Amino acid sequence: MNEVIFFYSFAGLTLLAALYVVLTKNPTYAVLSLVAAMFSLAILFVLLHAYFIAVVHVLVYAGAILVLFLFVVMLLGVGKEETPGKSQRLYRIFGGLVVTGFLLEIGIIIKAVSSSAQSPAALSGTIEEVGKLLFTEYFLPFEITSVLLLVGIIGAVVLSKKEEPGRSKQMQAEGQPRSGQAEDL
Amino acid sequence: MITLNHYLILSGCLFAVGMYGIMTRRNALLILLSVELLLNAANLSFVAYARYRGDLTGQVFVFFTMVVAACEVAIGLAVAILLFRTRETLNTDEINTLKW
Repeated sequence: MNEVIFFYSFAGLTLLAALYVVLTKNPTYAVLSLVAAMFSLAILFVLLHAYFIAVVHVLVYAGAILVLFLFVVMLLGVGKEETPGKSQRLYRIFGGLVVTGFLLEIGIIIKAVSSSAQSPAALSGTIEEVGKLLFTEYFLPFEITSVLLLVGIIGAVVLSKKEEPGRSKQMQAEGQPRSGQAEDL
Repeated sequence: MITLNHYLILSGCLFAVGMYGIMTRRNALLILLSVELLLNAANLSFVAYARYRGDLTGQVFVFFTMVVAACEVAIGLAVAILLFRTRETLNTDEINTLKW
């Protein structure tokens, strides 16, 4: 009984927060609303007995990714509203059509294959269980993800450190010292 | 009782919301945010299947998805900053040339 109440309340919260992310004009509010969506998704993960995934989800998404987003939104000063262009209405109509089609499709598919496995199986996604699987059966993919992270770090640094050659020369010619981190970002 | 279908429908709805965001948003940062919604919709159905089939593989896959999402955000935001520095805008209607 409790599970039903929790599921419906947090599923509703997730959907509302996701809708707000998509519909609000202010990018800062969109990011903060996505934080709310991530937290309620983590609660749904706990309901599904995926404890390790729930914790990692909060840490990685709310703790790292969305803070990075918020940082960039504030840094670039896109806190102002998006200008509603003329093409905006066209995009909305087209988007609405595609999304309606997609939802119908999903509904049909779920109806068609709803026979198997409707009651939960005994399972607990504790750190121990997931870790065992991760370090035995999925050891190679696990190691490859570390290479992927390395590529991500190097890529981000290379991209955001890049200087326009003309500008830096001009600055040196004018005798201005490069002002380091603050300007590089 | 909450069945697998409940979670699948929720996951489908989340995916649809994210798709709508990608199609209607004109700001590159907000499109990246909508991509996060898509990834999490997929994560939710992975975890739901793991629970209802009694197989932890789904949760391991969610772990990998999170790593990919973290990399994607790091690179995506770096590209957004670079775009803003060179074009002074993040509006995807104005960024329509690959080279200029």
